[in-house]
Amino acid sequence: MSHLAPTPALDTGQDRTMILNMGPQHPSTHGVLRVILEIDGENVVRIMPDIGYLHTGIEKTCEAKFYQQVVPLTDRIDYLCPLTNNLCYALAVEKLLGLEIPPRAQWLRVLLNELTRINSHLVWLGTHALDIGAMTVFLYCFREREDILRLFEMISGQRMMTSYFRIGGLALAPPLGFFERVREFAKRFPARVDEYENLLTSNPIWGMRTKGVGTITAEDAIALGASGPTLRGSGVDFDLRRDMPYSAYENFKFKVPLGKNGDVYTRYLCRVQELRESNAIVQQCLDGMPEGPIKADAPKVVLPDREKMKTQMEALIYHFKIITEGFAVPAGEVYQAIESPRGEMGYYVVSDGTAKPYRVHMRAACLANLQALPKMCEGRLLADVVAAIGSIDIVLGEIDR
Amino acid sequence: MNVQTYIIVSLVKIVLTIFILLTAVAYSVWLERKVVGHMQNRWGPTRVGPFGLLQPLADGLKFIFKEDLTPPHVYKPLYIAAPMLAVVFALTSISVIPIGNAITVGKFSTPLQITDVNIGLLVVLGITSLGVYGVALAGWSSNSKYSLLGGLRASAQMVSYEISLGLSLIGVLILSGSLSLREIVLAQQGTYFGFIPRWFFFQGQCFAFFVYLTSAYAETNRIPFDLPEAETELVAGYHTEYSSMKFAMFFMAEYANMITVACLATILFFGGWLGPMFGPAWLQQTVLPVLYFIAKVFVFIFVYIWVRGTLPRFRYDQLMAFGWKYLLPLAIANLVITALIVALRS
Repeated sequence: MSHLAPTPALDTGQDRTMILNMGPQHPSTHGVLRVILEIDGENVVRIMPDIGYLHTGIEKTCEAKFYQQVVPLTDRIDYLCPLTNNLCYALAVEKLLGLEIPPRAQWLRVLLNELTRINSHLVWLGTHALDIGAMTVFLYCFREREDILRLFEMISGQRMMTSYFRIGGLALAPPLGFFERVREFAKRFPARVDEYENLLTSNPIWGMRTKGVGTITAEDAIALGASGPTLRGSGVDFDLRRDMPYSAYENFKFKVPLGKNGDVYTRYLCRVQELRESNAIVQQCLDGMPEGPIKADAPKVVLPDREKMKTQMEALIYHFKIITEGFAVPAGEVYQAIESPRGEMGYYVVSDGTAKPYRVHMRAACLANLQALPKMCEGRLLADVVAAIGSIDIVLGEIDR
Repeated sequence: MNVQTYIIVSLVKIVLTIFILLTAVAYSVWLERKVVGHMQNRWGPTRVGPFGLLQPLADGLKFIFKEDLTPPHVYKPLYIAAPMLAVVFALTSISVIPIGNAITVGKFSTPLQITDVNIGLLVVLGITSLGVYGVALAGWSSNSKYSLLGGLRASAQMVSYEISLGLSLIGVLILSGSLSLREIVLAQQGTYFGFIPRWFFFQGQCFAFFVYLTSAYAETNRIPFDLPEAETELVAGYHTEYSSMKFAMFFMAEYANMITVACLATILFFGGWLGPMFGPAWLQQTVLPVLYFIAKVFVFIFVYIWVRGTLPRFRYDQLMAFGWKYLLPLAIANLVITALIVALRS
């Protein structure tokens, strides 16, 4: 655990090396990661990631909220994939409640989750390329991301902090014309991925900067608890969507892109391939979207429709009770893991039988993935650190919580 | 021409050159923002003036009004001198570059450059290589680790690429037999088969040109060789600690160097102000050559910007390896082959 060693004193007593403090304010530490580097010229001798600069106390805050009030908090944990967080939390609580979710809601959740994955990977690709100096890719990626954010705005009223998944279903029915717009996007998108790949995949400079850089073996990746593309880049075939299906994922056909070399380039290829696979899942969703309700039939948990509130006494009473005193969840504990764009995202929820969770803990995929950074970078060059950080795809909000 | 007229004419030309160069610098920044913007699905500047044309002015004003921070830990004399050195050398090197035929008004005639020295190329190379002092001293005197790393990278890079840059030009010198930039241009007159101009690029110096262009990108710290100021690694490299006009000076120096390098490429490989001539004598003598020259330089600036919109950045060791292992041997091979051909021909 050398990377957890305390911050070294600035004077190391050695003449050759110097301590370089990269971050928390630094253009390429993706937020507020601080990396303490001991460098010998341009060579990195030691590297220590230092986290905690974006601690929000969300886990603790959850304990003071009703179950349904936690949903907006989950958006803000991993702000690049809010809907994935929404889903994971909702699934965990639904498991405790034993709720049955109607198929249409499940399929819509899958659709939006894959759009979120594309969204998140686009931010990753853009910033990763920007770190390595390819500025144009960044703006191309954000162009498509903008399209996705507009879709999110259309369906939930919010671009980023959507809070669209609720315990027991979805907040609202998708508006008219939503599926057509998603279809347009899904049709357009593969050509756009080709565009990014044209600029990067066969670019010799991109290859020089990423091939053989930041290598991590499958054993090391497993030992460090890495997941997601960081793990699959090293050749470990593990994807929760396929291996432990949730929310109707068993109905979809998709490939899990795998790499062999475990370097930055392989992880890049994996994620770019995932962009295409996610787009394919979106198309399958659109083609097979079942009809039906979007909320579970559980009046004590799920808020009634506005219409019913105005016509039915019971609906009004339930609405009042859910809003003012929440709903009690049977005592017990549950761990729900899903495949977020960054790896295994897990929500561990403990209930003591009241309307507020006793404990909510999030397993952050990036936290485990970030541990691999010293293994990837030690003995390499300063510029490789930047490439490796980019390839892990960290979100500090999720790491620090 | 007597001494007084000479001094007056020279002064006028110096003032004019600096004015034109600074305007060109300002508008190449505008051009870069505009072109890269359009390449990246953006508009670039649009708000200040029509097409954002007054944007450089607004930028300049902003730089002047910014607070000029001097961090307490810097070594002041060099910290202040470094940006000045950078900008002075960048501006001086343009002085011997001719942009057209001599102007003749009645009996009075003057070349379109501040002074026509017979070792013009050496002067330009000498002065541009002094530019590395500005960068190295800025990196050192800032007393900050990022600046130091940036300064180190810049010095190593500029010194190593200077060698390939210099060697790539020797082929041209062998062919033209002169160090005077004006004579180098005049040595490229005429055409092959009536339509391929006898520019040195078409006289077999194309490899030399690519070596020159690549080294020049490295010399001017532009992407893909912008390691000294690689913002995602070194924050801003050697000018991390600079603000206000001091930063603006580095900025101007970079763009002035770009223009110098583009001018040199035009003169050495693409026939300077030569091109198809038509129309009355005054047009052929004065206007067209200058227009051709500007057009060619513009193409190079555009390529600079285009490359910036396309390529990622090298890593430090790869950059050095590329310079020493590929460019230098290529430049030497070009030199030997050109020399052999010229020797056999005579």
